[in-house]
Amino acid sequence: MTENAEGTQQGNGEGTGNGDRLPPAVLEARNVTRTYRMGEVDVHALRGVDFSLHQGEFLVLVGASGSGKSTLMNILGGLDRPTSGSVLFQGQDLARAADRELTEFRRRHVGFVFQFYNLMPSLTARENVALVTEIARDPLSPAEALEMVGLGHRLDHFPSQLSGGEQQRVAVARAIAKRPEILLCDEPTGALDYRSGVVVLEVIERVNEELGTTTAVITHNAPIAEMADRVVILHDGGVEEERRNAQRARASDIRW
Amino acid sequence: MIGSTLNRKLLRNLREMWAQVATIALVVAAGVAAFVALQATVDSLQGSRDRYYEEFRFGDVFASLERAPDGVGGRLREISGVTAVDTRLVAPVRIPIEAATQPPIGEVVGLPAGGDAPLNRVLLLEGRMVEAGRGDEALLLEPFAERFGIAPGDTLPVIMEGTLRQVRIVGIANSPEYVYPAPPGGDAIPDEERFAALWMDRDAVAPAFRMEGAFNDVVLRLGPGASLPAVLAEVDRTLDPYGGRGAVGRDRHRSNYFLDMRFEQLSGMATSVPLVFLAVAAFLLNVVLSRIINLERGEIAAMKALGYHNREIGLYYVKFVAVVVLLGTVGGFALGGWMGQGITSTFLRFFGLPLLEYSVPASTFVPAFAVALGFGLVGALVALRRILRLSPAEAMRPETPTRYRPSFLERLGVGDLFGTSGRMILRELSRHPVRTTLSSVGVALAVGIIVMGRFSMDAMDFIIDSEFYLASREDISVSLVGPTSDRAVNEVRGIPGVRFAEGLRVTSVRMTSDHRSRDVPLYGYPDENRLRILLDGEGRRVPMPTGGVVLTRTLAEMLGVEAGDTVRVRLREGRADERPLLVTGTVTQAFGLQGHMRLEDLNRLLGEDPAVNQLRLAVERGAYPEVERRLSDMPRVLEVTRKEQAVARMRALSGDTQRVLVLVLSLFGAVIAVGVVYNNARVALSVRARDLGSLRVLGFTRREVSTILVGEQMIQVLVALPFGLWIGRILAGLLAGTIDQEEYRFPLLISTETYAFAVSVVLAAALVSAFLVRRRLDRLDLIGVLKTRE
Ligand SMILES: Nc1ncnc2c1ncn2[C@@H]1O[C@H](COP(=O)(O)OP(=O)(O)OP(=O)(O)O)[C@@H](O)[C@H]1O
Ligand SMILES: [Mg+2]
Repeated sequence: MTENAEGTQQGNGEGTGNGDRLPPAVLEARNVTRTYRMGEVDVHALRGVDFSLHQGEFLVLVGASGSGKSTLMNILGGLDRPTSGSVLFQGQDLARAADRELTEFRRRHVGFVFQFYNLMPSLTARENVALVTEIARDPLSPAEALEMVGLGHRLDHFPSQLSGGEQQRVAVARAIAKRPEILLCDEPTGALDYRSGVVVLEVIERVNEELGTTTAVITHNAPIAEMADRVVILHDGGVEEERRNAQRARASDIRW
Repeated sequence: MIGSTLNRKLLRNLREMWAQVATIALVVAAGVAAFVALQATVDSLQGSRDRYYEEFRFGDVFASLERAPDGVGGRLREISGVTAVDTRLVAPVRIPIEAATQPPIGEVVGLPAGGDAPLNRVLLLEGRMVEAGRGDEALLLEPFAERFGIAPGDTLPVIMEGTLRQVRIVGIANSPEYVYPAPPGGDAIPDEERFAALWMDRDAVAPAFRMEGAFNDVVLRLGPGASLPAVLAEVDRTLDPYGGRGAVGRDRHRSNYFLDMRFEQLSGMATSVPLVFLAVAAFLLNVVLSRIINLERGEIAAMKALGYHNREIGLYYVKFVAVVVLLGTVGGFALGGWMGQGITSTFLRFFGLPLLEYSVPASTFVPAFAVALGFGLVGALVALRRILRLSPAEAMRPETPTRYRPSFLERLGVGDLFGTSGRMILRELSRHPVRTTLSSVGVALAVGIIVMGRFSMDAMDFIIDSEFYLASREDISVSLVGPTSDRAVNEVRGIPGVRFAEGLRVTSVRMTSDHRSRDVPLYGYPDENRLRILLDGEGRRVPMPTGGVVLTRTLAEMLGVEAGDTVRVRLREGRADERPLLVTGTVTQAFGLQGHMRLEDLNRLLGEDPAVNQLRLAVERGAYPEVERRLSDMPRVLEVTRKEQAVARMRALSGDTQRVLVLVLSLFGAVIAVGVVYNNARVALSVRARDLGSLRVLGFTRREVSTILVGEQMIQVLVALPFGLWIGRILAGLLAGTIDQEEYRFPLLISTETYAFAVSVVLAAALVSAFLVRRRLDRLDLIGVLKTRE
């Protein structure tokens, strides 16, 4: 798909947004590109993406493998910097922020959930969460956070003693324990079976609804998009299409 | 509470990696232990010696002479810088006891009536002091008493000036002047079996030596700031008219000289060896920690993603390294303290030093810890920085995909020889050239250190071989009481069983060139000498010069002379004038301060008729006892030595300390080899668990899979071996350099046995570590491995 097409899609999206009184943007990416240099070849992972994440919304990001989803989310979450363009958060351009500032941004405002959990194997569920609450400003207690993801009874188990789904729920608890403004999940169900996947999605849904956390989820499972307020489809490093769901489906009603 | 969870993680990780932590800490401990043990030993030995010398008022200057009236002592007392003088009687005696294979020689030292000597005081170990006026009572030197089981109450036959007397031993004693019981004169190898000191009432024994109202030996102590050379010169001037044989300072005192030599050797080692150890330990710490940190790349990235600052993550690893290093240092300190005590007491016994003053210098803790920590941190933080420099997004991905390519060996077609597993090994190794190189360097250092340890044995063998067998072909050597007509040679030739005999003249001279001078023995060889010959460093025979002298290289260097130069020679026996002597050449020898010349030339230099004072004999096998008996009966014979005994003595002297050295260094080498191989294999196992697990799933047997992992390590070890031998040579050179003594030069010869020994120790250590990791591999949880990422 061409950049023109993306441009029009983007325009359409904003048009509908205006009509439906979209809440203010929390994070805003402007003309973001990301190029990886691999020896002599340049890989253009993002080719000028305009994208915003709005207060309290549940956004789902889909697209073919290699379309740049993870790259975009990493940039939004301050894990990576764009090659060009800017990323605005509370008036600050993350693209030009120093390492320290990016760390501070992640520390204060963002919760991450990764496909492969990335828990510390040597720490229990509670301690994995404590790792974050210790450095956060007004966190939930680790027990509360784990209670929220339905693991109140598994506080002192090590990751290796938990199933994949349970580990991912610990990862979610770890991400939300600091009460982040933004929750970013990269294929949170990717490594899970259907049943555990649904449990994890339910947790994310609850966080979004109960704590009002702005949430973005990357997924390959088209049905999950039904849960979103807004769906953004990436293609070949650009936004191909953006649509809004009239009705958000409940996580428990989703099948795949 | 910021950090408490991280601290918990730290403790758990340490515990989980305990085997790796232990091997690294052990390497650190070995380095620190060597450092601490040797420092403690040197400190304690020197402390014990100094205390002994001080408390027993060991002299600073010593001189012997023919005979001087007691009044001369007053003039010595007036020399500026001298604080105390003891003019005494010291006389040679023979002790013909049955138990000794050869009649030991002794020295009678006169004591003031009923008391102790004012200088070189007596340490009474058993029994009582000599009663005033009792000419038949004596204190006996402890090592000799011990050797022959002589106790207070026993009587000892003593020949004084040709008269046999029975002397009652009333006490067993020692003194700072006999720490190393060496017989006077000659090539004095300390020997408790052949030398005894007897302390007796001076007034009571003086008549036997015709020494009433006279003295023939002086001990002086100097005040602070006194000039030793000035005092020596003044003492010489004072005693010259009385047959003074030249005053010497402590550095040339025959007991202290040996002690000093050993101490110097030891403190040379005490600095060089631990430095090598610490450097090696630090290097390994560096290598292993950087590998471990690379392994934690994923966790580090996750911590960054969660909002941890670089500083906080850095601090975590600083703690990690600090704990490992602290464990190692504390362990090393304990180990070193314990080893040091063992080494110290071995040495104390060896030196015959009585006062045990052992302390581990606490001041060594901080530098040892700091050095190890410093190197550990460099290794860890360099690796950490590489990871922290990446964006977290980047760091969370597996390490930059290095492109595999056919390795160099494979391109040569060698890979086919090894099959698929061989190819995998070669690729893995060539993919990480730096890591492979560093590991091999670690193993090579292990080999090198062991070579260095065992090399001293080779050196000793070589010295014994060249000095006792190549250069001296006699079976028995005889010291004569003084210069004797060379008819003595013919006389011993006549003894049945003697195949051949020749006479030598050895005299002590002071050689001077410009302002530099040395007291050295000068050897005179008969023409057509067969039994004692002169060899250079390569074992080639050096012809005797005519009309000049050949100096050992070390001596020539000290005097700053070369072939063609002239040195001035002041004779120690007889008159005291100086004569010029032409240096015709130099020769490299293990024992390094001597001059060699023709007997005829030496006699002419001395202005004497043909005379000898040593005899060398080649003797029929079975004839030893009879020849020795006949020799002892000859009036001018002072001492008879069988060469084999001298050799055995020499070996025994160095044996204990060498065994300790070899053991310690071999252990250290093994610890290093284990540290490298075990950690490498463990890290490789963690990094590649998934690959190896997949191979197992594909149907590879345990053996095949472990061949890949163990093979990788073994190839690095094998590659390292030749380098290790080379490094060993360099380290041995370093060691030889530090213990290069004035009179004792270590040749850099390393035997095949030493190389083979080092290689075997390291191979064994590597195999054991590989085996330990293999057991872990066997227990690999296939499902678990495949479930996790990468
Ligand atoms: N560190 C990197 N180095 C080189 N190329 C990269 C790197 N990270 C991503 N890419 C490339 O950038 C493009 C986008 O990658 P990205 O991971 O964002 O895709 P994705 O949409 O998340 O795919 P998937 O659904 O498979 O996770 C891909 O072509 C990928 O190969
Ligand atoms: Mg992705």
